Amino acid sequence: MIAFKMPSLGADMEAGTLVEWRKSVGDQISHGDIIADVETQKGLIEIEVFDDGIIERFMVEEGAKVPVGTVLAMIRPVDEKPQKLEVSEAPEEIKKKSVEQAHQTNAKRLKITPLAKRMATDNKIDYGKLKGTGPEGEIVKKDVEKAIEELAVSGTSPKVSPIEKQPIPSSTSQINVPSQKSIRAAVAAAMTKSKREIPHYYLEKKIDMSKSLDWLRKTNEDRPIQKRLLSAVLFIKAVASSIEEVPEINGVWEDELVIKNEINIGFVLSLRGGGIIVPAIKNADLKSIDEIMEWLNEIIPRARAFKLRSSDLSEATITLTSIGEGGADKVFGIIYPPQIAIIGLGNVIDEAIVENGMVGIRPVLHATLAGDHRATDGLVGSRFLDALNKNLQNPEEL
Amino acid sequence: MADENTHKITYREALKQAHWEALRDDDRIFLMGEDVGRYGGAFAVSKGLLKEFGPERVMDVPLSESGFVGAGIGSAMAGMKPIVEIMTVNFSLLAMDQIINNAATLLHMSGGQVNVPLVIRIGCGIGRQLAAQHSHSWEPFFAHVPGLIVLSVGTHEDARGMLAASLKSPDPVVMLEYTFMLNREGEIPADPFTVDISKAKVRREGRDISLITYGNGVYKCLEAAERLFELGIEVEVLDLRVLRPLDEESILSTVSKTHRAIVVEDAWKSVGIASEVLARISEKAFFELDAPLYRLCGAEVPIPYPKHLEDASVPQSEDIIVAIKKILGHDSV
Repeated sequence: MIAFKMPSLGADMEAGTLVEWRKSVGDQISHGDIIADVETQKGLIEIEVFDDGIIERFMVEEGAKVPVGTVLAMIRPVDEKPQKLEVSEAPEEIKKKSVEQAHQTNAKRLKITPLAKRMATDNKIDYGKLKGTGPEGEIVKKDVEKAIEELAVSGTSPKVSPIEKQPIPSSTSQINVPSQKSIRAAVAAAMTKSKREIPHYYLEKKIDMSKSLDWLRKTNEDRPIQKRLLSAVLFIKAVASSIEEVPEINGVWEDELVIKNEINIGFVLSLRGGGIIVPAIKNADLKSIDEIMEWLNEIIPRARAFKLRSSDLSEATITLTSIGEGGADKVFGIIYPPQIAIIGLGNVIDEAIVENGMVGIRPVLHATLAGDHRATDGLVGSRFLDALNKNLQNPEEL
Repeated sequence: MADENTHKITYREALKQAHWEALRDDDRIFLMGEDVGRYGGAFAVSKGLLKEFGPERVMDVPLSESGFVGAGIGSAMAGMKPIVEIMTVNFSLLAMDQIINNAATLLHMSGGQVNVPLVIRIGCGIGRQLAAQHSHSWEPFFAHVPGLIVLSVGTHEDARGMLAASLKSPDPVVMLEYTFMLNREGEIPADPFTVDISKAKVRREGRDISLITYGNGVYKCLEAAERLFELGIEVEVLDLRVLRPLDEESILSTVSKTHRAIVVEDAWKSVGIASEVLARISEKAFFELDAPLYRLCGAEVPIPYPKHLEDASVPQSEDIIVAIKKILGHDSV
């Protein structure tokens, strides 16, 4: 039996209200299905499930507000027999069974050996979907090898992550929009924690955007309007590529620097009524420019309508904030804990640039980086901004 | 296994030949210990050597471990090459002050001026129904001490070859010999050979799991490996041989090959050689691991006298087989 728990949708979330179950007891569910709507300070979030199985029972009723980690439902894996306790069973036996069950509940954490995990990561295999065949059901080397083989056979490039599924229309007719106050409270909590705990250092680099803007213009000339690229796409892609070159900047602080292999970029969106929301684009390094554009087109309306899913909000490994056209020239960000860096991109503005002893007028982007000085030093941040500059000088290679 | 390139010999005989050869080849070498001369050694390892080499080369000493180990250290400092035998490992406690504070430390205390080229041989281990005061496996005690080279003589090859290699060391060597194996026969190369006392040695190649062991564990692991081979499980057996300094490279290499490891030792489980080996694997080969690490060690009790309890207090081949099947998820468990 698998315990499905209230997920954490950010470092600042302590509890959530289960607004509605989207499935019923006995329903067959599979990885990625939306099982419930949960209300948080950031609004109504669709919660996905990451296991395959049948819903055995609900542990929390609709309307209940429970802390992160509370078991919401029990899910029976497909290959497991239904539990039945017969009256004739000796009490000893029943006690033993419930201990075993409790044990299984605690053991819900995915079991994978270090070797298998390393191999899966190296080969970009999503090991969350693998079935373990080790003695304790853990995923072992053999299972990852099998997955690599299957991918090779099916001809699917393992590098392309599946594009997000279309949002399922909510059955609730009234969208539960969080109040100004609760959004403000969520931002306040996260930012206060950050400024209290994280010793920030700040770096800035001027980036000549001539080549990038030229490339964007030329690329967009050949595209229908709805397919045209925003400069934000180029920024996300360039940031992802730069992280690949300076991976130390991508991670979290957990009493020590934990570098993350996945590059999940949190992209700051401002809300019309005030406040911000930060959905994450997962595995941004593996997505093409067009996939990132599709993601933006899909996420922006969903975020502004507070129709985000749990996976949109969790697991960002770095944050990117971009002021956009006509805004301030520079933005110095505050890191979203437990991440260790935030990149700030200002308004692109024409400036006088000295090059080869001549003054010329160029579109200039002021890129900043706020880094957690516990985790990295200025040199790392500086290398990152250099890489970003280099990548934006070669947009065709992104 | 027997062919014209090897010959069969008991562990005791292999040790005796090593002594005979050492005494023959270098006048500075002499053997001292309780009952090593007239009695021929408590375990008959030095039988006949007194007659051949005389009382100055094969020296009986009073029953005073601290005294005669100290004398050995002194003579080593003065240019001799003593082999000091301590009858069984429990008596070595009485000489620990000499071994640790003098033999292992003088090079440091003298600023590198005085080295101690001493070989201390100690009979040890379980298996002869000698009860709680004469059956210890104290390899971990010695392996804890910087300045010592600690060898575990787990095979006939090493019983024949380790003494000569130890006598070449400029620093003190503790050779731990296993009384349980004295009468056991084994094959050694027929031609003269030397052994390396800096490296562990793979005694059997395999690809599925590594058994890392030493001393009495070596033959038990080889036996388990042989039986598992019939089930299609290929076990690699690494004999550590050198317990200080540990040959980390060989340990990491076998784990990187099989991705699974069990350490087998007779010594008590807590704070043993196994703890150290597994710690190093965790530190340096974590991402090679495809199964949790595992230890099979001695039960943490005073060694019992009755045969069946004595057997039960250390890992046997059968225990090793069960553990491997469990780790590999082998069906017949």
